[in-house]
Amino acid sequence: MMREITCREAVREALREELRRDEDVFLIGEDIGFYGGTNKVTEGLWQEFGPERIMDTPISEAAIIGAALGAAAVGMRPVAEIMFIDFLGVCMDQVANQVAKLRYMTGGKVTLPLTIRTPGGAGRSAAAQHSQSLEAWLIHTPGLLVVMPSTPYDTKGLLKAAIREDNPVVFIENKMLYNTKGPVPEGEYVIPLGKADIKREGKDATVVATSRMVYFALEAAAKLAAEGIECEIVDPRTLVPLDKEAILESVAKTGRLVVVHEAPERGGFGAEVAAIVVNEAFDYLDAPIQRVCSKNTPMPFSPRLERFITPQVEDIIAAVRTVLA
Amino acid sequence: MTKEELISLHKTMLQVRHFEQEVAKAFLAGQIPGFLHSSVGQEAVAVGVCAALREDDYVVSTHRGHGHVLAKGADLNSMMAEIYGKATGCCRGKGGSMHIADFDRGIVGANGIVGGGIPIANGVALAAKRRKTGQVVACFFGDGASNQGTFHEALNLASIWDLPVVFVAENNMYGMGTSQRRHQKVENIADRAAAYKIPGVVVDGNDVLAVREATLEACNRARRGEGPTLLECKTYRHFGHFVGDPGAYREPGELEAWLERDPLVLFRRYLEEQGVPAAALDELEAAVIEEVRMAVEFAYRSDEPAEETALEDVYAPTEAGRRAIW
Repeated sequence: MMREITCREAVREALREELRRDEDVFLIGEDIGFYGGTNKVTEGLWQEFGPERIMDTPISEAAIIGAALGAAAVGMRPVAEIMFIDFLGVCMDQVANQVAKLRYMTGGKVTLPLTIRTPGGAGRSAAAQHSQSLEAWLIHTPGLLVVMPSTPYDTKGLLKAAIREDNPVVFIENKMLYNTKGPVPEGEYVIPLGKADIKREGKDATVVATSRMVYFALEAAAKLAAEGIECEIVDPRTLVPLDKEAILESVAKTGRLVVVHEAPERGGFGAEVAAIVVNEAFDYLDAPIQRVCSKNTPMPFSPRLERFITPQVEDIIAAVRTVLA
Repeated sequence: MTKEELISLHKTMLQVRHFEQEVAKAFLAGQIPGFLHSSVGQEAVAVGVCAALREDDYVVSTHRGHGHVLAKGADLNSMMAEIYGKATGCCRGKGGSMHIADFDRGIVGANGIVGGGIPIANGVALAAKRRKTGQVVACFFGDGASNQGTFHEALNLASIWDLPVVFVAENNMYGMGTSQRRHQKVENIADRAAAYKIPGVVVDGNDVLAVREATLEACNRARRGEGPTLLECKTYRHFGHFVGDPGAYREPGELEAWLERDPLVLFRRYLEEQGVPAAALDELEAAVIEEVRMAVEFAYRSDEPAEETALEDVYAPTEAGRRAIW
């Protein structure tokens, strides 16, 4: 029996192993050190590596990203934490105009081995400014790689790959998954960026789902399986680069596609996936593509409203029925 | 300083001046795409600061950065070619005037975003401090940028971590078209240093020796591990915000008064007082003019970048980076 750990522990293990492996790796963020991280992700690292490598900062997100960028430009390998992805709003210039563009603007002379870790997602009634899924801002910004894992296994392997990557990576964790357990082997492994994972095989409909929605899709698939409907769940894991081949292959097999993400539907990652599939696998499609996403509103506070806004298992089931109708 | 060193300072200021003038001329003649922010009038800041730096020190530059990059030792030809948007440019035609940088000379980017570079300087300094290299970062920005949040966030962070940064506030008295007295109540940007408990120093930004002296002191402090300095250089741009901006917001007589204090005129006078013959200085200037003319020639004759190069340099060529372009 393989041991099971949580996503939180998976992140922490990846960080600890990379901190031990490479002296140039350091962490920088708000209350990640002495306090242990608002989500307790970095707990214990400050005690092991000290304040020089687990750097607590003032509440100054632009200063955090700028410092990480400058250090990366001269060869360090920083891992910055933005406490909630919503706080990208106060440092988006550093992320989108500086981090994403410095290499390009210098004609390729600067290399930026930089990781930005940040949790997103709803589910805790954290309301409009602590619940968002903002991956579309990031995938729309050339120069960034964007990772969005779902399982502890993927989280650990992909975070290690992100830290070793010579390009800026935004690594989006999900706050509702920090306590989610899954099998993770002891010892070293790395999952290459840009490879999707088939979380469940099926022949009737393809469901592309990201982050926490992978679990919702798996639950929907289990219920549909009772009726003899077999969904194939594709977890892209990395949004940039995207494993288009895996998605196209699955659609070629099933002829039907549902895309599920927690971000609002309009202009979202699902639209990109749908466009790719329509352009490159149109002949395989037997039904219009369905998107299951949050409604196009800010995130409300009330648990009832939050649930109403965000995709639920029954929404995915309904979408699969629609593509199969 | 030796007489040779003094003359070398003058030469670099002449290079910046003539470079800027030629670029402006070519821009107005329609040979240069985009737009252009000229540093004519501010040469003593760029040259004075960079003269105090070691070769392995770093510079973080701004949208008005030609002078910073030249003073840090960048090649005239590849700089000129960059401004012309040519393949031989130091950024392969992807940066242009506003983003011109030569990383090989320690210039960690210029910036089209006012105040965008200030937090980055801290990261470079953090690496230097961690590695105990003794390197310093000179971070240039204007009076306008001193009202950005990034300025305050970055100075605070540099202060608490004692980072080896010299924050060079190039106060040319205008944030675009808004005069300093309309955009901030403090008379001296350097006064803001008190908020971060770091030294704030005001210097005549048109006096290249004073700028160099003040920068040296700030660098020494930084190299001793005593942290950053906010160094305000009072200066003036002779052009408008961009080349073509008539500068209608200036006070009557203001430009004329500052032209009397043209940093090149002042320093030439000083050199002559030190016994450098006028003929030698004329000869030096003629050589610089020729050098800049050759750079224009080089840029003009250089090839346009091949279209497909636009798809390069978005990512470092790792496996993931290669696959991220689709």
